[in-house]
Amino acid sequence: MFYREAGDFKTSYVEDSQTFPIRFDRWRYYAVVILAVAVVPFFINDYWANAVFVPFLIYAIAAIGLNILTGYCGQVSLGTGGFMAVGAYACYKLMTAFPDVSILIHVLLAGGITAGVGVLFGLPSLRIKGFYLAVATLAAQFFLVWLFNKVPWFYNYSASGQISAPERSVLGVAVTGASATASAKYLFCLAILFVLAWLARNLTRGTVGRKWMAIRDMDIAAEIIGVNPLTTKLSAFAVSSFFVGVAGALFFSVYLGAVEVGEAFGIQKSFLILFMIIIGGLGSIFGSFAGAAFLVLLPVLLKNVLVGQLGWATDLAAHVELMIVGALIVVFLIAEPHGMAQLWRLAKEKLRLWPFPH
Amino acid sequence: MNVANPEGYTTPDGRRIGGVLMEMKNITLRFGGVNAITNISFDIRDGEIRAIIGPNGAGKSSMLNVISGFYVPQEGEVWFKGYKRGPMKPYQVARLGIARTFQNIALFDGMSVLDNIMTGRLTMMKSGLLGQAIWWGGAQREETENREKVEKIIDFLEIQNIRKTPVGRLPYGLKKRVELARALAAEPKLLLLDEPMAGMNVEEKEDMSRFILDVNDEFGTTIALIEHDMGVVMDLSDRVVVMDYGKKIGDGTPDEVRNNQDVIDAYLGVSHD
Ligand SMILES: Nc1ncnc2c1ncn2[C@@H]1O[C@H](COP(=O)(O)OP(=O)(O)OP(=O)(O)O)[C@@H](O)[C@H]1O
Ligand SMILES: [Mg+2]
Repeated sequence: MFYREAGDFKTSYVEDSQTFPIRFDRWRYYAVVILAVAVVPFFINDYWANAVFVPFLIYAIAAIGLNILTGYCGQVSLGTGGFMAVGAYACYKLMTAFPDVSILIHVLLAGGITAGVGVLFGLPSLRIKGFYLAVATLAAQFFLVWLFNKVPWFYNYSASGQISAPERSVLGVAVTGASATASAKYLFCLAILFVLAWLARNLTRGTVGRKWMAIRDMDIAAEIIGVNPLTTKLSAFAVSSFFVGVAGALFFSVYLGAVEVGEAFGIQKSFLILFMIIIGGLGSIFGSFAGAAFLVLLPVLLKNVLVGQLGWATDLAAHVELMIVGALIVVFLIAEPHGMAQLWRLAKEKLRLWPFPH
Repeated sequence: MNVANPEGYTTPDGRRIGGVLMEMKNITLRFGGVNAITNISFDIRDGEIRAIIGPNGAGKSSMLNVISGFYVPQEGEVWFKGYKRGPMKPYQVARLGIARTFQNIALFDGMSVLDNIMTGRLTMMKSGLLGQAIWWGGAQREETENREKVEKIIDFLEIQNIRKTPVGRLPYGLKKRVELARALAAEPKLLLLDEPMAGMNVEEKEDMSRFILDVNDEFGTTIALIEHDMGVVMDLSDRVVVMDYGKKIGDGTPDEVRNNQDVIDAYLGVSHD
């Protein structure tokens, strides 16, 4: 079996622009989907769900969201944590105000509300770029966390200042609250990620994606071909924030169950997701998955190996993790800005020509 | 041949040139104290290849930037298709059917050749965000239709084999060609080319000249181009505007301009009194 496009001729432009133009890639994709849908749910337990699968699925959504804004449209944001908080609090308010409405609707509406907030904070991007925009989004991050701490209405005047998710179910199966099972949480997040990743893929391969990338690569030239910079940047903020808001809603309601805003959605979260897309690959949907998987798995792996096997102290292992992530960020930023996704692409290119490299 | 005839004229090689498509009236553009353009008027006829020449810093690129909306002149009027144009943003000018290339190539380096050229058709692609997101019906059909148009341009400019190459990896001459392709993809009424042959070798210049003539001939596109190579200008253009120090010092057919004493002085560097 050779990894090849030869003999796999495209007879239409539709076929030529499909997501996985090489047959082997397509098969591997189907295999992963079948594995994720039909195998994992039967073996998943609470440990795997909470340590690996559920956070991975949710971070992947957030990473795709940030990648749309930063990787595709070139607008750096350090406000991801704050926007996740918007999604979480919107979801909480909706869940408690309308207990009879499906949680799925609430999660999507939370995304919609976050999109609106994202557009609002995206307005300055028209005037400011790069470093200054990053600082403006950083201000949004701190403002939003402060807001959710300060205004009791957001946490329904609870004494602890926390928000906690009541039990809600989809198709009769609980997905939030104490009695939700590992496989239910996993499947709920998987379904949402699956649909959102597909939407993101469609947006980035067509007109909208080209507009975003045109603004990213050279905004003057983008204007000369008729791209309106205002609406294009704002559409990136809106779509990106929708994804991030959905991720925040799931992070709160399905994954954590109870949230203290500064802890769950602080500036560390913004950096974590930024690191995911840098390591995974800017401007790549696949890279968003890779980066999320890597940064979710790395601490689990280090903990099991360094602490579990070698008997290191936990804080020492945590420091090693920081050093590894820091080094990787530097390496990727300098040597391979397109991240693991690009390494993967290069490996495939080599493979495509193997065993005759010319 | 009477090039001043408002109804149009016929070129020596028999092409029919129409009435006025674009008219610049008394344009003055200042940067601080510097006059980049001083009170210049000229017109561009429908179907014409119009050259703008002049020494370095004469204000040629500034003039194209005024036409495409990057610079707003302090004085003067811009008329297009018989209407006076109000102040416009570059993306609005693009939607009027004016496309251009830049003196320093302005392509999207992170995208493939195909995607770069597809961006030229963005103004013609109407499906909205939601339609795009579900990639069903309209969005996909539109993508295919526009892809067909773009493939014609790819064939026309003979760049089939680099279709999927990221633009950043291309050599200079091909980048210039891809930039032309992107401008053509918009099916412009008026095409502005800022030094399309700068930095090319003789062979590449010949190719580019042939493409420019073919574009004008096959698509009927009106072309305004800036060029330093006199041989190319004399071969390609129907009429020439000559600029020096922001002023217009000559305007007419290549022969008229060549024999104009002011133009000869400017090019030979005779000092201004
Ligand atoms: N954005 C700007 N700000 C200030 N001055 C400018 C600007 N753009 C152009 N100029 C000045 O206007 C004058 C004309 O410049 P322009 O680029 O139009 O010349 P040009 O004829 O295209 O020259 P070249 O043949 O070198 O491309 C120059 O003196 C230039 O310094
Ligand atoms: Mg110039």
